Amino acid sequence: MLNKTIEQLEQEFQAKIDAEIKIEPKDWMPDAYRKTLVRQISQHAHSEVVGMLPEGNWISRAPSLRRKAVLLAKVQDEAGHGLYLYSAVETLGTSRDQTIEDLLSGKAKYSSIFNYPALTWADMGAIGWLVDGAAIMNQVALCRASYGPYARAMVRICKEESFHQRQGYEIICTLMKGTDAQRQMAQDAVNRFWWPALMMFGPSDTDSPNSAQSMKWKIKRFSNDDLRQKFVNATVPQAHLIGLTLPDKDLKFNEATGNWEFGEMPWDEFFNVVKGNGPCNKKRLRDRNTAHDNGAWVREAALAHAEKRAERQRKAS
Amino acid sequence: MSSSEWPLWEVFIRSKQGLDHKHAGSLRAADAEMAIENARDVYTRRSEGVSIWVVESKYITASSPEDNASFFEPSDSKIYRHPTFYEVPDGIEHM
Repeated sequence: MLNKTIEQLEQEFQAKIDAEIKIEPKDWMPDAYRKTLVRQISQHAHSEVVGMLPEGNWISRAPSLRRKAVLLAKVQDEAGHGLYLYSAVETLGTSRDQTIEDLLSGKAKYSSIFNYPALTWADMGAIGWLVDGAAIMNQVALCRASYGPYARAMVRICKEESFHQRQGYEIICTLMKGTDAQRQMAQDAVNRFWWPALMMFGPSDTDSPNSAQSMKWKIKRFSNDDLRQKFVNATVPQAHLIGLTLPDKDLKFNEATGNWEFGEMPWDEFFNVVKGNGPCNKKRLRDRNTAHDNGAWVREAALAHAEKRAERQRKAS
Repeated sequence: MSSSEWPLWEVFIRSKQGLDHKHAGSLRAADAEMAIENARDVYTRRSEGVSIWVVESKYITASSPEDNASFFEPSDSKIYRHPTFYEVPDGIEHM
């Protein structure tokens, strides 16, 4: 290994990727590959963790015990998903503390979708159906990512998340079968979440500077636009079936391509939210910091307890 | 801050009786007992396991991928260890 040049190592690395051989933590990898993974996986982990906040708000307000149990299970899953992903980041040599510190200081990004408020119970439906639906579309593609620990985490996450989308759609379906006010509430939630959900797939391929390299490294398998189209095609009939309209006057089915064509996405708004000016950016970060600070004594106490117990065992033996 | 970072543990799960424990992932916990409980909460929420092992990651010694060629060479070069290496007359069964 010492005799090889960086160019040789990079060639061997790309040859492995091309041959569909997964990269594992101790394998040699280009710095840029490592950096890209750390950024992407940690953003993904932060999204799982911050994603608990808008839903957590509704656990105590769920309309029935069944809905409450389901929402609790979903939020618990998301904590687990954050953990799988933080663990995957750690295999790349970045400490857990550092990764979390980057979230708390505002240095790291997370999915912009969580900077929108969850105003009504119907939002729990729209989030599960549309937001988790879009996330699943992305994550299924990531199950074949070239980095082993990331791909394995994604497999586990996808398996667990299949109920998230269904429970959301079920909430919306139930509301659509209800009173006028309930139908109105469902429609309003869908109107608010439709475009942000579509923008979860990221900028259009032509404006996505890192896409080509990520495709070459097989971190990404499909382009943002392809996945977005797939999501739209899957989702539009689900909306129509239960009598919902989607807030896009340009939406129409193209017989020739089999695609639902959609209008221009509000990118100005998207980038404004990414920059930190969304309705909830500051609140989410503040809530995360408060939770972290309030938990500090628990983390310290657990360590002190563990040390004391180990000490007692040493003395006894 | 890093002074209060909990140790890293590797989690192994037996999915059902009769199968080996298999690496499921890792987590951080203050001690072994907490690691077992957290492993249950994180990795077996849907009946994925009947038994859990945890071991602190620092106690695992691993082979080095850069030495793979020489390290695993003895097994690559001894193809006579595989039954397909041997010729058997046509018509022979159960061997």
